[in-house]
Amino acid sequence: MNYEEIIHRCFRCGYCKLTGDYDDFNCPAYRKFAFDTYAPGGRMWLIRAWLNGEIQTSARFQEILFSCATCSNCVEHCVFPFSDDLVNIFIAAREEMVNTGILPPKVRDYFKNISTNGNPYKEPAARRGAWSEGTVVESYDGQEYLFYIGDVGSYDDRAKKIARAVGELLVKAGFSIGILAERENSDGNEVRALGERGLFEYLADMNIELFKNLGIKKIITLDPHAFNVFRNDYPSRGAEFEVFHYTQVLAPLLEAGTLPLKKFEANVTYHDPCYLGRHNDEYDAPRTILRAVEGLRIIEMHQSKENAFCCGGGGGNFFTDILGGGKDSPNRVRVRQALDTGAEVVAVACPQCAVMLDDAVKMANLDDQVEILDVGELILRALS
Amino acid sequence: MNDIVRSLAEIVGEQYVSDQNEEAFFYSRDPGLMPDHKPDCVVLPETTKEVQAIVSLANREKIPVVPMGAGLSLTGLAIPLKGGIVVDMKRMNKIISVNEKSRYALVEGGTSQGALKSYLIRHHPRLRHSLPDAPPAATIAANVMIHGQGRLSQQYGFNSDMINGFEVVLPSGELCPIGSAAMTSEWYSRGAPFPDLSGLFLGWFGSTGIITKLAVKLYPNKKLRDVEIFVIDNEETVPDVVFEITHTELAEDILIFTQPMPAVFKDNHHVSFYITGDTEEELEFKRKMIWRALDPFIKSKDGGFMSIPPGVKGSLTEMPQTSAARIADIKKGGGFEYSGPVVPVEWYPQCARKLSELAKKYNLAYSGMIRIVAGGHCMMYAFAFAFNRADVDMVERTKKALEEVSNFVLELGGMYWKPNVDEQNMAIERMHPNTRNLMKMIKSNLDPNGIMNPGNWEVL
Repeated sequence: MNYEEIIHRCFRCGYCKLTGDYDDFNCPAYRKFAFDTYAPGGRMWLIRAWLNGEIQTSARFQEILFSCATCSNCVEHCVFPFSDDLVNIFIAAREEMVNTGILPPKVRDYFKNISTNGNPYKEPAARRGAWSEGTVVESYDGQEYLFYIGDVGSYDDRAKKIARAVGELLVKAGFSIGILAERENSDGNEVRALGERGLFEYLADMNIELFKNLGIKKIITLDPHAFNVFRNDYPSRGAEFEVFHYTQVLAPLLEAGTLPLKKFEANVTYHDPCYLGRHNDEYDAPRTILRAVEGLRIIEMHQSKENAFCCGGGGGNFFTDILGGGKDSPNRVRVRQALDTGAEVVAVACPQCAVMLDDAVKMANLDDQVEILDVGELILRALS
Repeated sequence: MNDIVRSLAEIVGEQYVSDQNEEAFFYSRDPGLMPDHKPDCVVLPETTKEVQAIVSLANREKIPVVPMGAGLSLTGLAIPLKGGIVVDMKRMNKIISVNEKSRYALVEGGTSQGALKSYLIRHHPRLRHSLPDAPPAATIAANVMIHGQGRLSQQYGFNSDMINGFEVVLPSGELCPIGSAAMTSEWYSRGAPFPDLSGLFLGWFGSTGIITKLAVKLYPNKKLRDVEIFVIDNEETVPDVVFEITHTELAEDILIFTQPMPAVFKDNHHVSFYITGDTEEELEFKRKMIWRALDPFIKSKDGGFMSIPPGVKGSLTEMPQTSAARIADIKKGGGFEYSGPVVPVEWYPQCARKLSELAKKYNLAYSGMIRIVAGGHCMMYAFAFAFNRADVDMVERTKKALEEVSNFVLELGGMYWKPNVDEQNMAIERMHPNTRNLMKMIKSNLDPNGIMNPGNWEVL
């Protein structure tokens, strides 16, 4: 297994599961399950035991392995020199598990659906661009930017609204964008995170070839997960395009006052998506956008930026739902943290986070207290 | 055991009890070197009533119960030596209240050191507690149970001295408040002026009860804090230096470290003393007074101040010091363990010589980490060795070195701090028979079925 030579270096001291100020447990899997086995240190010791034959593959061990949301809180807070590799180690262990062929049913089904349908929703590729019907967003035909949506924005009903909002916003802001619609494939971020290295490489190579053939040089992504994999994993496979998350291209325009916005009175807190924040160090662009709206009172959650608590959707959990259910599921915890600020709107910049938090609001019957809005949706509302 | 697991699930909810192999593996060991022992199950209570129900069940069925905080003692104190139920307390992590004027915080039994530190910074910035240099996930109750030391131990004693009482679940399952809370709803005294019953539990490692609520004393949190390091190359001089610093009554904390790496530290003894103040003037006054106290050592060329680069100062003033955990990576092997006897400060030279002798004999990376307690009435001298847990030979050499420390400490007349089970048995053997009998009386009366953390303090 990759990284096998460093697994024994974990001291299980527990810095990894905390916030930087030690205020609270910040590992979503540990928060949900509360056994030390589900914290990064526990996972490290169990992976070593599994490789040494001290424990065997079991449903419990699989749950421990696949409940990691790859949120990178452990990477941020581990005090040891190998901290950068923690999430990579967990993914490598998943790869090892995938190679055994014995997988949790939900993970197996996710891979199967991607392989057979090109998306995890078992929807036809022809419906991938359906969200754009009736909008000003056009198909890609040599525009300056490819607007890449990803599986969630393309097929999930809540996320499709975000895709429409951001697409319209980008056009209104003057960006020359086009979408691939039925030609778009999964970006592979979750396939990679869930440990199917072969399938990931297939998807990445197919996308890179498609983008090259279409002459795509610049990509704006709706989804931080796609942004992450394009930016950090595709280059080593020959990708040479520039990648932006949509908040990064909009922030300078809004900061300069280029777009005329109405006053929007609301108490807002911003939830940092892990794949935009901790994985890619982009904390400012979404906040810059929010600050440009007169009337918005931005109240930070105590757990924000590097210390943001994950919604629980990362690392494939959005699809496998291993972290879902119960009052301590990460999305429910995160909504409580947002409510503690007194915010009536939780702004997000990720369709997966939006869906996760929306679900938590509904589950807790909080619809009348707080609204989950993507930054793009919020700005579109404020546009005069 | 399946019936027991079902009963536990009825108490805490199915999600919070496990008899799975994964939890059995993890909870059967700690990061130290003690042999593993598997629990039959692990349970995660959220309320005091749940703890009571768990202990009542265990007492009825005569099943061992092992309370656990973060499991960071390194000496196996939360390893279930005789199986049974490990009660992981970390879900009981609420900070219940802070009484600012009377300076104490009331916390649940699984509250971490880091959580209280962070809470006080945010809500009561003029107050602090005695934070140990253990990782911040360490729980306050467990640290008190092992007589831990922290940043204020030089001034106020062991962390167990800095409490205003607690609430404990007895082996019978009954709940018992200790201290002023036995009389009122206020938590202002651990025992005085009445009989101090806290000694029936503190230092017993959970073998007489489980703390579910704890009042922690708080102290002024000064705005400024600084550290100076006085370097001595002769271990014989260290007690005199400590005596002079403690005579000033101005140091917040005194730590001594001795280690061979980096080379600039080799063969030296570094007495680092911390000072605090609300103004630069206060800080400067304390600094000058201690400088003056140490001036004779400089004049006699027995010691001198070390200049501390800003980066190093940042690391030294960090609370807790993350470098303490990073010792485990010196050998790139995730391991370090220490034997930390509590001994008089004047025994520093013997301890220092023994440490370097053992490091040489067993070819180990070492560090001596010493904390002065209560104005110099004693010190905790940690004989610390880093090891690579993937290197079987190095692990064995480390164990042997630590065994030698145990024997050395006993010969010297020192008291083991958070002794492992072997050291506990050595201490029991060495103890005055009447003291041992008193412990027997306490244990047999409180825990006649011997269910509480059995194997530890086995006086019966």
